[in-house]
Formats: sequence, structure tokens, C-alpha cells
Amino acid sequence: MTATLSPPAPKPVEPGAAPPAEERTSVSRWIPAVVVLALWIVVWVFTRGDDTLALPGTSRTDLHDRLTEFQNDLLAGRSTNPLMQFTNSIADALRSAVEWLQRMIVLPNFPRPVPEVGWLGVVAIATYVGLVVANWRIALLVAGSFLSFGVFGFWQDSLDLLIITGISVLLAVVIGIPLGVMIGTSQRANQVVTPFLDFMQTMPTFVYLLPIVLFFGIGPSAAVVSTLIYALPPLIRIAGFGIREVSATTVEATDSAGQTYWQRLRKVQLPMARKTIIVGLNQTTLAALSMATLAAFVNGPGLGKPVLAGLRINDVGTAFVPGALIVVMAVMLDRTTTAASERAEKVARGGGGDVRVRRGLLIGGGIATVVAVYLSRTYVSLAEFPTYSVGDSAASAVSDAVDWFTSTFGGATEWVKDLITNQFLNRTQALLADSPWWLAFVAITVLAYVFGGVRATISTIVCLAGIWYFDLWHDAMITLNMTLVATVLVMILALVFGVWMARDRRVDLGIRPLLDAGQTIPPFVYLIPVLALFGPSRFTAITAGIVYAAPAAIKLVADGVKAVSPTTIEAGRSTGQTTWQEITKVQLPMAKGSIVLATNQGLLYVLAMTVIGGLVGAGALGYDVVYGFARSEAWGKGLAAGITIVLLGVMLDRITRAAADMRRDDGPGSRRAFNVRLPIGPPR
Amino acid sequence: MRIVRSRGARMGALAVVTAVVLSACGSGGSIDAETKANEEQAAESGGECGELNMAVNPWVGYEASAYVVGTVAQEQLGCTVNYKELKEDVSWQGFGTGEVDVVIEDWGHPDLEKKFFAEEGDGTAEDFGPQGNVGIIGWFVPPWLAEEHPDILEWSNLNKYAKEFATSESGGQGQFLGADPSYVQFDEAIVSNLDLDFKVVFSGSEAASIEAFRKAEENKEWVIGYWYEPQYFNAEVAMQRVALPAYEDGCQDDPQTVACDYPETELKKIVGTDWAASDSTAVSLVQNFEWTNEDQNVVAGYIAADGMSPEDAAAKWVEENQDKVDAWLQ
Repeated sequence: MTATLSPPAPKPVEPGAAPPAEERTSVSRWIPAVVVLALWIVVWVFTRGDDTLALPGTSRTDLHDRLTEFQNDLLAGRSTNPLMQFTNSIADALRSAVEWLQRMIVLPNFPRPVPEVGWLGVVAIATYVGLVVANWRIALLVAGSFLSFGVFGFWQDSLDLLIITGISVLLAVVIGIPLGVMIGTSQRANQVVTPFLDFMQTMPTFVYLLPIVLFFGIGPSAAVVSTLIYALPPLIRIAGFGIREVSATTVEATDSAGQTYWQRLRKVQLPMARKTIIVGLNQTTLAALSMATLAAFVNGPGLGKPVLAGLRINDVGTAFVPGALIVVMAVMLDRTTTAASERAEKVARGGGGDVRVRRGLLIGGGIATVVAVYLSRTYVSLAEFPTYSVGDSAASAVSDAVDWFTSTFGGATEWVKDLITNQFLNRTQALLADSPWWLAFVAITVLAYVFGGVRATISTIVCLAGIWYFDLWHDAMITLNMTLVATVLVMILALVFGVWMARDRRVDLGIRPLLDAGQTIPPFVYLIPVLALFGPSRFTAITAGIVYAAPAAIKLVADGVKAVSPTTIEAGRSTGQTTWQEITKVQLPMAKGSIVLATNQGLLYVLAMTVIGGLVGAGALGYDVVYGFARSEAWGKGLAAGITIVLLGVMLDRITRAAADMRRDDGPGSRRAFNVRLPIGPPR
Repeated sequence: MRIVRSRGARMGALAVVTAVVLSACGSGGSIDAETKANEEQAAESGGECGELNMAVNPWVGYEASAYVVGTVAQEQLGCTVNYKELKEDVSWQGFGTGEVDVVIEDWGHPDLEKKFFAEEGDGTAEDFGPQGNVGIIGWFVPPWLAEEHPDILEWSNLNKYAKEFATSESGGQGQFLGADPSYVQFDEAIVSNLDLDFKVVFSGSEAASIEAFRKAEENKEWVIGYWYEPQYFNAEVAMQRVALPAYEDGCQDDPQTVACDYPETELKKIVGTDWAASDSTAVSLVQNFEWTNEDQNVVAGYIAADGMSPEDAAAKWVEENQDKVDAWLQ
């Protein structure tokens, strides 16, 4: 995982030398950009408000209705559609697998009043697994996490979520590793698969929940499938990347020994890419967890259900506790998989500590686990988790704290909202969305050329043409504007906090857990307080986007700045540089690659929150998606909005990537995957 | 990833585990004994009801109705009730596959009726009659506003106050807060056809509308929006309705020309056709189920204001209103 966090290696620079020359070329790009912008504004003054292609919130076009027909046809043919019969049998298998596991550890297995293995047994087994795959520290972390699930009153929902996540990740491995091998060994396969992966990661879930229910039914099966769709891409991308990165010399050397394709794969490529593949697995697990709340919209079991229940009664405390447990689960799984891969690495190299001590520990732990399982099968009180009031008190404490906060700072936040909305957001929106569509089209294309060159221009033209075709141009421009404004704010935060964290290790250690939580807590948890502060508005949506996107950007900038060679900084200091000069003249310019990467990730993360924005008054594409999910007659409009979001995402990705001269490749490190989540955790 | 823990923390964690185990042991009973009891019970009871798959659409009033019916079915008819948390469209899709049997509170979905009712659609769903609640939809303002400016409750005076309703979202016009897209809304048309100087801004979800109204009442802010009852929030903030030109039959037929108020909606029960034809004893319970807005608001208040679980809230109401429940069980 070190590879994932490391920014592009800075070019070696002579101590005390001026910032690298590429600095100047990027500055010069801004001159034509400003000229284009000025021309845009001039034409805009005369054409403002013409041909904006605005469509009222609840109106639809013929194209949207045709798309709705597609869903209707699927529905009408559901009893005869052979594909659906096939998927339904898969769904049955998934459902029985989930139910079987539930009867083992969660739900009463009739006629038993309790599951086969009670809570004590489950905690013991989980702890033992932590001990076997990693070490005793991880075992303690696992035990503590499991106990917190029960103590806070969400034992059943937590285990349900673990089951859904577990099955989804297992399927992701079964499907993802072969696909990863495919795109890792064949450039053509990579080109074919990548757009699908982009699509799966950026298409809002609300759009495909309805068809999924059609193909896979309601409940656990739909939850597993929708989770799988979102969680699969990181594994495929990163596995493919890992295999591709196996050094060519190694492959050639072993090829010369006359190995077959399979031998090369099994003996050379897979083992050498193993560490990277585990990073992919880790990412896939976290992505799967982030689907918990959305799966609850189709009765998917898990912690998403109580989160939504809290949202229904507008009670932040009720939603917060299960939301925080999702964070606990994410941290537990992240640390465990990471420690497991580190241990495997060590053992492979002949390390791993004293074998005798470890063997003793494993045998002792095994016996204790067996005893615990037996006890939990015998006594009701060791099978059913006892009830505590801690969860309820925590919930009301959180509600009180949030109430106090909103009533104390409500006035100030309103002021900030109006300032940013009127001075910034409304002005840029006027330019983007009130321009005639052809003007915005041309202007964006030229800007793409300025920043990204020919390749980015072609992608931009294709994406914009697609957006135009799907009849939601005006909404797309409003969403694009919100995304850009939010990303600017994210980058301001990223630069301030990133540099601060990089310069002070204590700050880093203090802030990291907050960043981890911001990245993994379901947005539905903080919607209510954000609404209480800002009311339904675009700014509320932007705030939610920032909470979600800033952690990733901050981490990237912090790691980038940290990687600037200490000798360079020392050299600067010896010439009597001030701290401010050190940051602006040395650290930031040399971390430029990371900053562009952070911008790329910031844009995509913010865009991923578009639909959440639609739920809090941002309107535009987010609202269209929610509308399509809520009313079947508008499903086509939701689909069109979803595709438009995908096109915006691809466009922004290609432009920023080209701007940074990033190689078109998917993987951790400088060639970060499109929309791959960062691993959470402290710096290493 | 190193996890730095002090020795004290380790001992603390160990102590917690031990404490939990010990406290749990105190009340221990034998699982074997309960298993036997369950087996005997299962052998005795005939199970005439079977399973009842109750859709739970995502608002508190619905939850109240669903859990009251579910509790009666479970406690008094011995059904196995499966509550399924779903949006409306997904629920209707579930009738055909047997995953959903009952939607207990339907606010009117002509498009879904077309797809799933017998006349035009595949006939997997059917209308099971009104459930007693009456949905009132309209334009509402927070009570402080109605009190200080009583004339605002008449639509013709709205333009006078339009500037007061302006926000950073509404571009100089007054802001009208549209609702969760699950509801049929004609506000964009009403605003333009009545020449009101307002812009519709969609809150996007019920949670967002509630927070906006709550904030408006607390801070005396100007807000007007699409709202409805029965709704638990009205017990906390009694939203006041603004009179639009009265509803007449047909005045909402063409979405483009709507210039009238919303009609009162009789909320309906929708059930799966196959389930309705089955001999489950819950069929007649659902058929007979009918209660009032006040009844629903009581249970919704238990859930939303008092923080009870829907199961407990329903059980409490059933206990207090056994006479009403008996009428459903005839």
C-alpha cells in the first residue's frame, strides 16, 4: 500500500536551485486560458439567456420517454425474458447464501431461538481470524470493533452488513482477478474494459437500482449485486496495473527459459503483483462498505437501514451511531487486510517472528475460540447480545451537540452561504449555464485544448456532444459549475491542511482519523446537520461534496509535500529562506504532480456527490436522478441524467489527467485509477 | 499499519470483554430448552396466515400504518410478517414476484396503476380500497408567518411578499420550495399560470423540506413550500395552508395549464393479486383496515417525536385501541 500513497517521484533538483522549468510552461497555459475566458464573457454579454436548453424540473423530453419505455419493456417481458430467468436463479442462490449465513450468526435458526453461533462465538471466531491472518494487535482491534457493534445496539445490522460485504467482495475476487489478468496482459482488453469500469464507478446507483430489482429481486440479492457493481472496478484496475508493472526484464528473463503463458502468469506475474492486488482488494472492500446505505433503499440488510431510519425522522443522532459503526467496520477491515498482507510479505521473506511462540498462541487461541463457540451455543445470554443503553445515550448526545452547534452558529453559516453563493457560485453559473449551449460547448472545448492538448479535446467534444444529446444541457452546466466551485474550495482546504500536515507530524496524526471518518461515514448521516445550517440549497450540496472529497485531496497533497526531498529543503533553509518562501517556492512547486492528482480526485469525488446534492436542494442533474428513481414515469430522465454525470466525469478526468501529462493507465501511485478511493489510514 | 496501544488500553479492553461476558452470564438460560418449546409450539399451531410481506415506504406515517397492521397480523393472527423497506416503484414491482404483498398507504400513482392493474397492465396488483387517511396537499407557510401576516394565506397576496421570500437560490424572485420528487407536483405550472413572481426550488427530499420549515419557524424566516398531511412534523410545527384557486374536476388534467389547488387524496391500499386471492387470514385484516389521520399521527408521533421503534409504537397503539383493532378482525 505504500505504492498507493506515494506521489510521483520528484525530479532530482540541485540543492538551492530554482523551481523546475516545467513550472513556467504551466504558467504560460494560463495566458491563453484567460484570453479564451475573456472572449467567452464578451460573447456571453450579447447572447446571455439564448438557447440555454433549460428544462423545468418535472418536465421530460421525448428522448427521456423513449428511455423510460426501455425499462417498461423489460418490466412487461419479465415473465418470459430468458436472461431474467437466468439472473433470477442467480439471485435465488445469492439469497439462500445470505440467509444461510444469517441463520448461522445473526437470525434465529428455527426451531432454535437463536442463531447457530451466538455473539460470544462470533466475536471469538473473528478475533481468532484476526490473530491468524495478522497479529494480536489486530485481533484486539477486531474484538473491540465487534463488541462495539453489539454494545451500541446494532449487532444484527452490523453482522448483516458484514455478510453482504463479504459475499460481494468474494464475488468481486472471483470475477475481478481473471478480468484483472486479462487487462494486465492485453492492451486491447484494457482499452475495451476501461470505459465499462469508468461507467460502473460514476453511474449513480439510483439509476440502476430499479433494473437491478427487475433482474435480481428485492433484498439481499439486489444489495449484493448493486454493491458488486460499484466495488468491482478498483480490484480489476489495480490488479491489472500490478500485473502490467511486473518488470519487463523479469518477464523476458523467465520467458527465455521457455515458460508457457500460464506458467508466466502463475509463477511470475501474479506473485510479483500480489502486494498491489491486495491494495485493490482493500479498495474494493471499502467501496463495498460505502454502498451500505444505498443498498438499504431496496431492503438490503445492514447498517444502512438504521441510517435511513434516522433520516426518516430527521434525527441526526439516530443516524449517526450506525453511521459511525460503518466507519469502525471500515477501519477494522482496512487495518486487518493491510496487516495481513504485510504479515504474508514478512513470512514469505522468512520473517514473522518466533514460530514456537506463534504456534502456542494459535493453539491456545483456537481452544479458547472453540470453548466460546460451545458456550454461545448453550446459553441464551451468550447467544443474544445483551442490550445496553449506550447507543441511545450516544445518539441523544450527538443530537444535542448538533442542535447546540446549529443554533449557535446558524447565523454565521447563513452569511457564509450567501457570500459564496452570490459572489462566486451565481456568477460562474451565470456564465456556464446562461450561455447559449453552443457558446459553452466551444469555450469548454477550447479550454480543454489549452490545458490538455489534442487527446483531451477529442474526449471533451465526444462527452459534450453526448451531454447535448441527452437533453439535459442546462442542468449539466449547473452541476458542472457546482462541481468546479466545490473543487476549488476542496483544493484550498487541501493546500492549507496538506501543507500543515506535511510540516507537522502531530497535526498529521491528529487529523488523519477525521479524514478517514469523513471518507467512510455515509453522507446521509451529515445531511441533516448540514441542512440545518444552510437550508436546502446548492451550497448545502457543495458542503456535502467538500466533506466527502476534501479528505482524499488533503491526503494526496500532504503525502506529495512530504515526499519533497529533505536535502532540497535543507539547502533552501541554508540560504535563509522564510517559511512562506519554503512552502511556495520549494514544497508546492515540487509537489505539483500530487496537486494535480488531488484536483483530479477532488473533481471526481465531488461529482460522485451530485445525487446527494439533489436530495438537499441543489436541483440540476442530482435532482433529475432522484426524480427518475422516485417516479417510474421519469425513469428515462433519471437515466439520461446518470449518463450525463458519467460523461461529465470522463471529461473532467481526461482533461485534468492530460493537463498533468499523466500516462493513460490505471493503478495506484502517480497513475492513479479513475475514481479509485484512497486507502484510509495513518501515514507510513 | 501500526496500532499503538498502551498496556493500560490492552488491559482495559480485556476487562471490558470479561465484564460483558460475565454480565451476560448472569441471566443465562438454556438454548436446548427453548428449542424444544419452539418445536412443540410449531407442531401445535396450524399457521393459517403464513407470511405477510409488507412494503414499508420511506416516510413515518406510512411506517405507522404498516407496523400497526403488521403487529396485529403477527400478534393476533400468528402471521410471519416481513417488513421490506422500499420506495414506491420498487414495491409495486415486487407484487408480481410475490416479494411484496401489501402497500398500505398509496398516494396515487397513475403510471404504476397503468403498468400493474388488470385493465391495462399485467394485473399483478389490485386496489384494496381506501385505508381511511386523507392526504391534504398544498402550499404551506410556517405558523409565525401566518400569524404576523394573515393575508398571506390567500394566494392573490403572495406577489406582495415575493421579495421577502427571495434567497440566494431564487435569482431575485421569491423562492417556492418544491418537495421530494416522489410527490406529483404542478407548482412550476401554477406559479407561471397564476403570474406569481416566484421560482420553484426543489428541496429534493422530505428531510430537506422539514429542516427548512423547522429552521424557518425557529428563526422567523420567510419560507413557502409544497407540504402535506398527515405528517408527523405538523405536530411540532403546525404548517398553515395557503389557499390557491379551488380544485375543480379536471383542472389538473393538463400539467402545463394547472392553475388550481391540489385535490384531497383518499389514500389507498394496494395489494398483490395472487396474495389477495390466497386464503391467508391477513387478507381480510388488510381489507378491513381503516383508520383516521389522527390515529396515524399518534403512532407517527410515538416514532418520530418520542423516538420509539415502529414495533413498540404500533404495539402501544394496538393495546390502547383494541376496539378499533377488533373491527378490522371481523
